[in-house]
Amino acid sequence: MVTAAPTGAVLLSLDGIAHSFGRVRALDGASLQVRAGSVHALLGENGAGKTTLMRVVFGLLRAQHGVMHWRGTPITMRSPSDALAHGIGMVHQHFTLVPSMTVAENIALGGHGGFDPQQAATRVRDIAARAGLVLDPNAHVEDLPIGAQQRCEIVKALARDVTLLILDEPTAVLAPAEAAELLRWIRGYADAGNAVVLITHKLRDALAVADDITVLHRGRTVLTTPARDTDQGRVADAMLGGAAVRTADVLTGRDVTDIVSDVTTDVITDVVSGAADVVNRRAASALPRTVLALDAVSVRDANGVDRVRSATLHVHAGEIVGIGAVEGAGQRELLRVLAGRLSPTAGRRAIPESVGFVPEDRHRDALLLDAPLFENTALQGAGARRGVMDWNDVRARTSAVLHRYDVRASGAEALARTLSGGNQQKLVLGRELEAAREALVVENPSRGLDFVATDAVHRALRAARDAGMAVVVYSSDLDEVLLLADRVFAMHDGTVIECAKHRDALGRAMLSGASGIGNGMTAGIDA
Amino acid sequence: MTALRSFAATTARVLVLLAIAIAMLAVLLIATGHEVIPALSAMVRGAFGSYYAITSATIVRMVPLALAGLAVSVAFRAGILNIGAEGQLLVGAAAATAISGTLGGVPWFIGIPVILVAGAMAGGAWAAIAGALRLRFGVLEVISTIMLNFVAQYLTGWLVRGPLQEPTRVNPQSVTLAPELQLPVLLEGTRLHAGVLVVVLVAIAVWWWLRSTASGFRLRAVGATPTAAASAGGIDVPRTLFGAFLVSGLLAGLAGSVEYTGITYALYENFSPGYGYTAIAVALLARLHPLGVLATALLFGALEAGANAMQRDAGVPNVVVSVVEALLILLVLAADRWRPSRADETGT
Amino acid sequence: MQDVTVSVGALAIAAGLLEATVRTATPLAYAALGESVSERAGVINIGLEGSIIAGALSATIAAGAIGVAGGFAAGAAAGLLVAALFALFAVGLRADQIITGTAITLFALGLTGTVYRTVYGSGGVALTTPTAATHAIPVLSTLPVIGRAFFAQPWVTYALYLIAPLLAWWMQRTHAGLALRAVGEYPQAAIAAGISPRRTQLYAVLFAGAMAGLAGATLVLAQAGTFAEGMSAGRGFIAIAIVVLGRWRPLGVAAAALLFGAATSLQTLFQSMGWTGIPYQLFLAVPYVLTLVVLAVTGKRSARRMA
Repeated sequence: MVTAAPTGAVLLSLDGIAHSFGRVRALDGASLQVRAGSVHALLGENGAGKTTLMRVVFGLLRAQHGVMHWRGTPITMRSPSDALAHGIGMVHQHFTLVPSMTVAENIALGGHGGFDPQQAATRVRDIAARAGLVLDPNAHVEDLPIGAQQRCEIVKALARDVTLLILDEPTAVLAPAEAAELLRWIRGYADAGNAVVLITHKLRDALAVADDITVLHRGRTVLTTPARDTDQGRVADAMLGGAAVRTADVLTGRDVTDIVSDVTTDVITDVVSGAADVVNRRAASALPRTVLALDAVSVRDANGVDRVRSATLHVHAGEIVGIGAVEGAGQRELLRVLAGRLSPTAGRRAIPESVGFVPEDRHRDALLLDAPLFENTALQGAGARRGVMDWNDVRARTSAVLHRYDVRASGAEALARTLSGGNQQKLVLGRELEAAREALVVENPSRGLDFVATDAVHRALRAARDAGMAVVVYSSDLDEVLLLADRVFAMHDGTVIECAKHRDALGRAMLSGASGIGNGMTAGIDA
Repeated sequence: MTALRSFAATTARVLVLLAIAIAMLAVLLIATGHEVIPALSAMVRGAFGSYYAITSATIVRMVPLALAGLAVSVAFRAGILNIGAEGQLLVGAAAATAISGTLGGVPWFIGIPVILVAGAMAGGAWAAIAGALRLRFGVLEVISTIMLNFVAQYLTGWLVRGPLQEPTRVNPQSVTLAPELQLPVLLEGTRLHAGVLVVVLVAIAVWWWLRSTASGFRLRAVGATPTAAASAGGIDVPRTLFGAFLVSGLLAGLAGSVEYTGITYALYENFSPGYGYTAIAVALLARLHPLGVLATALLFGALEAGANAMQRDAGVPNVVVSVVEALLILLVLAADRWRPSRADETGT
Repeated sequence: MQDVTVSVGALAIAAGLLEATVRTATPLAYAALGESVSERAGVINIGLEGSIIAGALSATIAAGAIGVAGGFAAGAAAGLLVAALFALFAVGLRADQIITGTAITLFALGLTGTVYRTVYGSGGVALTTPTAATHAIPVLSTLPVIGRAFFAQPWVTYALYLIAPLLAWWMQRTHAGLALRAVGEYPQAAIAAGISPRRTQLYAVLFAGAMAGLAGATLVLAQAGTFAEGMSAGRGFIAIAIVVLGRWRPLGVAAAALLFGAATSLQTLFQSMGWTGIPYQLFLAVPYVLTLVVLAVTGKRSARRMA
């Protein structure tokens, strides 16, 4: 039995943690101090090292440098069971639940001896009730919605007598209302005397609920402060590198301060400027040509379930259409229908012969990792090619793409695997843009990319739009959608609805299908 | 990598592996109570000891091993685990035998190609069964091709005791192939037949096809990352895979018909001493490179020729060479997978 | 009177067929039950064939020296050792399971052939071993038709009647069974729960190897009474089909093994009834074709599972 430490006392302390994976310095002097009975938000951009740091705490990684103290004693966690034994629990970003097993079985996993389903179910109900969560122990995980699966993960962590609970990007997969509910729960849980580390890149969520904030940037702690002593601007600044870091934006020569104020403005912007933008752009381009057209399109999957239901969507030349949706709302299928990778089972579709597509999982769907870059270029359109390959031409085109899109690689012969995530994404984007002149569909474009690469990708998308291409962007990050899009659509349970370009409207539409503009019809632009 | 460089690289690797193979063999010999030096020298003599040994023992065995090795390579490059080269080879030999019976009076420049093509097509059809089972029903080709090997074996057994049996009905084997339809011998006094030319030409053709054509590229892309091939390349993956099954079977079937027209001149039980299985080692050790296969097939041809001599002259069971071959495969697997353990990651 | 004679004759044939079925199914069941545990942990062991043949040879040699029980023990041990070699590469080094398994099979077939010929000479002289005696269970073995089939078998068959249900219980009602299933279906969940997938898979593979070794021993000591090179005849691969047919559940696997045993026994039956019209090779091919049919019919589901 682990007893709760007095409120205010430091439970977990990390000092100067450093770790490199090969030549990549994932952690470069990270520190953290978590008090009992508090919510500690760990903030930072993608790739800042937040998850890596928590993996050290949870025993999944042994840090090369630095010390960790638990309740004042220096310690190294050797494995997750070690961490669990000390009362540290972790809810991962990607759930670790066995889909075919029941909730009770998943929670019982890792125990010893005999297993009694009845007893296990009772135990689950007890823990859930005590924590104020609702959960059915006998449901199979694969049948549960995401929110319930996350509750299962939380109960799983709580079942182990936990004093410090780590939550890794818990609101990333939730709809806004569910996210708010979770944050409320976290606050309540901490008030009851437990400690919580909330890993997130969402400023708003952190400030809403945290007692303390630590910001990581490139593996180093750049800011540690009680939440009440700081504000959104200062934290955003720290997340982007802080006043001490003044690296010029290599691609466009812009200063970081400009980027910071841009991003901050975009993130906090309200509906008025957003709507005004839309109206202005619309007025500027008269009678835009429709490039991608879906009319009452449905897509049925292999199990006979309609993933996309009677979707109507027209994308014009010279605009970026943004799509917001919670995971599994059908956006995956919609994007692939737009890109010509999937055929509709009903409805009409009119798209150009070649549509560029940048999928979310580039390692699985866009690249041959162990092949040289020029073969990756040749991949595009390989399905239709006949006869002999003109490798000289392919190499030349590859070099052109590397140059034009600033892809850092040793040459066209380099293996795709050797490129960083950002450069791989730039390569894929470049390849698709060169091949498809009229339309481009992009899925979670900044996934796994650091801030500089993300900015480059956004720049390329805007440039494509300005050059007259029709661009469709889906991102699980609402802010990214709002940042890029001229027009915004929400997807809910397979249906597509146009929305006002405002966070709340989009969030509401995503969650409940409540209509934004025009009841699902997009005729004309009457924002 | 140029053709010459990859051939040289494979040869270097082959020599290293050869040395390791001899070492393992020596250990096995000692373990089974045989004298090492007499056995090994019998082996070397049997493989390279004489002009006759080289041409009529080693190179002659290299031919079916190389063709079957090409079959396996092509399949593996597409991500298909074709363990059925043995059965496809047998079926090819059976078809070659069957059709040669109908070619009375046909001149050799028509007859021989017909026989070879018939064998190849039969092998392709046999592999297509496994291909269809996988693509239509999701049956793992590892299992289906092995099952088909057994079926092919029993099929052959029935054929040589039934429809294809020689007229006197005494022996379980087919009638001997007419001399004018046999592959010409290249060097007088040896058994070295034109099949070796076929092998070299086919190897070059396969190599060229994989590196220079769109369909070859598609096969490689599908073998590397089928999801990316489908999504980014718009490649019809099932169709490409089926094509790979076909080509692989064609090559194995050709191995069977070449062996028939070049060496055995007849079909009988135990027609193949496991060429289809050895071909897996041949392909893997060549890192699936079509030209490298020529080198590794030569190595295994030497091993098997030497093994026979070893059994004849030193009384060592020739199956000991399968042990060596298997250990070589494991060595290659280990060499590919071994890396210093990540001491920082709590290895689970 | 005629009718009674015919139906009595038919019953006798059915009983004989059933007895032969159970006898033939025993080694298949051992191999398949072992493989089902291995596959539940996420490892497809194509090298099972190697464990079977190694078990067969070890049982032959050991039984000659220390009797039938010793033969079975030696068989299990040999099967386990071969599986250990497989585990070293497939689990330890995470090498490709299929290629490793194929290499292990080649290795074991070659090694057993070598050892056999070295120890017993390549003269092809038929070698006989002591065989496992059948023990008729009182009362139960007198039941009509099924009595002798199920209750007049050697101990090794009776052991199966215990092992199958025990395995079924173990997989659902113990934490170790849960851990095994988690490792096979979603290893990240197992790791997060503090379970080591490598260790679990190792134990599963070793268990499968021991069971396959017992299967090989059964082939020699309770069926053929002798050893012949390659006598495993693809049973290791057939076991994989049996596992699929039995939906990876121990009781289903045991039932599927019976089905395959029946298919093989039919061949002997037809031959004894003098059906010479159909070549006997056709019957020999039946288990292999049946494997293909079973896999094709259950195909889509098994493909998803084994991915």
